[in-house]
Amino acid sequence: MTEEEHQDSPETETSSVVPDGEIMYEVPVSRSRGQTVLHPNRDQYVETIEKLSQDGFKVCIDVTAVDYLENPERDIPGSISPERFEVVINLLSHTRKERLRLRIQVPESDPVIDSIFDFYPGSEALEREVYDLFGIEFEGHPDLTRILLPENWHGHPLRKDYDVGSIPVQFKEAPGAG
Amino acid sequence: MTQNEAIVENGAAERVFRRGDDSAILRMSESEIQAYKPLDDRRMVVNMGPQHPSTHGVLRLSLEMEGETVLRSKPIIGYLHTGMEKTGEQLSYLQGATNVTRMDYSSPLFSELAFSLATEKLLEIEVPERAKWIRMLMCELNRMSSHLLFQATNGMDIGAVGAMIYGWREREEVLRLLEKITGLRMNHNYIRPGGVAADLPDGWRDDTLRILSNLPERLDDFDGLFTGQPIWHERLQGVGVINSEECIALGITGPLLRSTGYAWDLRKDIPYLHYDQVEFDVLVGTYGDCFDRFAIRLNEIRESMRIVYQILEKMPDGDYRIQDKKVTPPPRTRIDESMEALIHHFKIFTEGFKVPAGEVYVAVESPRGELGCYIVSDGGPKPYRMHIRGPSFTNLQVLPHMLQNALVADAVAVISTVDPIMGEVDR
Repeated sequence: MTEEEHQDSPETETSSVVPDGEIMYEVPVSRSRGQTVLHPNRDQYVETIEKLSQDGFKVCIDVTAVDYLENPERDIPGSISPERFEVVINLLSHTRKERLRLRIQVPESDPVIDSIFDFYPGSEALEREVYDLFGIEFEGHPDLTRILLPENWHGHPLRKDYDVGSIPVQFKEAPGAG
Repeated sequence: MTQNEAIVENGAAERVFRRGDDSAILRMSESEIQAYKPLDDRRMVVNMGPQHPSTHGVLRLSLEMEGETVLRSKPIIGYLHTGMEKTGEQLSYLQGATNVTRMDYSSPLFSELAFSLATEKLLEIEVPERAKWIRMLMCELNRMSSHLLFQATNGMDIGAVGAMIYGWREREEVLRLLEKITGLRMNHNYIRPGGVAADLPDGWRDDTLRILSNLPERLDDFDGLFTGQPIWHERLQGVGVINSEECIALGITGPLLRSTGYAWDLRKDIPYLHYDQVEFDVLVGTYGDCFDRFAIRLNEIRESMRIVYQILEKMPDGDYRIQDKKVTPPPRTRIDESMEALIHHFKIFTEGFKVPAGEVYVAVESPRGELGCYIVSDGGPKPYRMHIRGPSFTNLQVLPHMLQNALVADAVAVISTVDPIMGEVDR
């Protein structure tokens, strides 16, 4: 890629080259840098997962989430209304050597989503991590407890309104340090 | 792949994983564990770790035991959690590699590679050929050092303390080369978005060849120490058995999955860099036990050496980083004479380069399995969200299933051959 093209790219939105209204597995689809992303509804996404798991996507590689509090704009199909949280599920098909990504919108007022443990038992730790760091609850998870942080921790650190915090450091030679 | 398909169609992965009383996982919170009243006096919950020499750092296990037999267990993690994904949101893309490299500290270059590939995919840039081959060289050297470290710690865990000295010695040879190339033994920050930090130094080819010529003999020593040794067989064969369906259901990748006879290696199956241009074999086991996992890691060192020989042949001349002024800092000499170069230098190191909005997931095959990086960009110079899918984190879920009905003495062997790196588990 030449320099001029590169300079232009931030302005021209390259990633949303989707023909509007493309549907896979009865769910709107978008492409992000050539990767296929499904956008199922929160209420029906378990049905999509069921179809996908029967269609060769046997491995749940990753479950994570994004908090779009400070960045409400994102490229999703027009039929999907953006919410604060987004749960991102990465599936892999060994036989087809393909990946699929699911992005599910989860509202701030009701951060609950169905667990996919029954289809992918390997999502157990991953869902616990999302619960721990984002405070999104997975309904039907067998053991929804904090996994990385202590049980009595307050707040969910990967939320954007959770401050990074700082530790005051007293330098020896600072004025007034004594 | 037909064999793989047959394995998956063959059996039902459903048996132990559904919610039920016969689950292998001890689903209890810490307070519940403390208040645990056993049904009969032969049952108890024993705590193992987090400070135990065989727990590879700070892994803690709660084991429900009956006599010496483990019934249910639960890995308790988080002792190394330092919020690296949150930190990643505060660092620019150029600084990001310094952060992710500290996750899997025994194979740091793979995290850097995944992060850089994801950033480059967002930027939609292609790094020069030489940079790609240098990245492959570094990663295969790193895979060797990581698997040598496994030989050391695995031997030590199981009681062959001599192995620690051997494994550490060979690993140090590789680390010395990595130090010569990157400047640091670990946490290299060498693979960066846009290429690599510096070109290969003078004499790198001779140094690499020296390691490659010394290592086969040393690997034969490992074979002599372990592979044919009856005590080693007794300790590892038939211990911690897992099958392919269970691995796939649990999202297990890497040597653990391959030890069950399932050939899946991202380098072969979804190639990145130039892995489709080198010849190597994907090694698989037969029984999915601790011995297979040990043997696969030992022989993967030999496969990596095979790849490195081919890389030495194919290493092209050219640039080691992309000449895109918005991503790569200008050469030091240009700063003195060109105002533009100075501006670019200043912008890159203060504000950082901007990455077009979007989100990508990129995965590479680390020595432990699939290492993925998910980045969301909002168009600014820092990732809006940076997530690393660490293979050790997912692989740890297999422990309760491997440990069920095993002896407590075997627990150490099982943890050791799962080879978790806690820095990557806890992030």
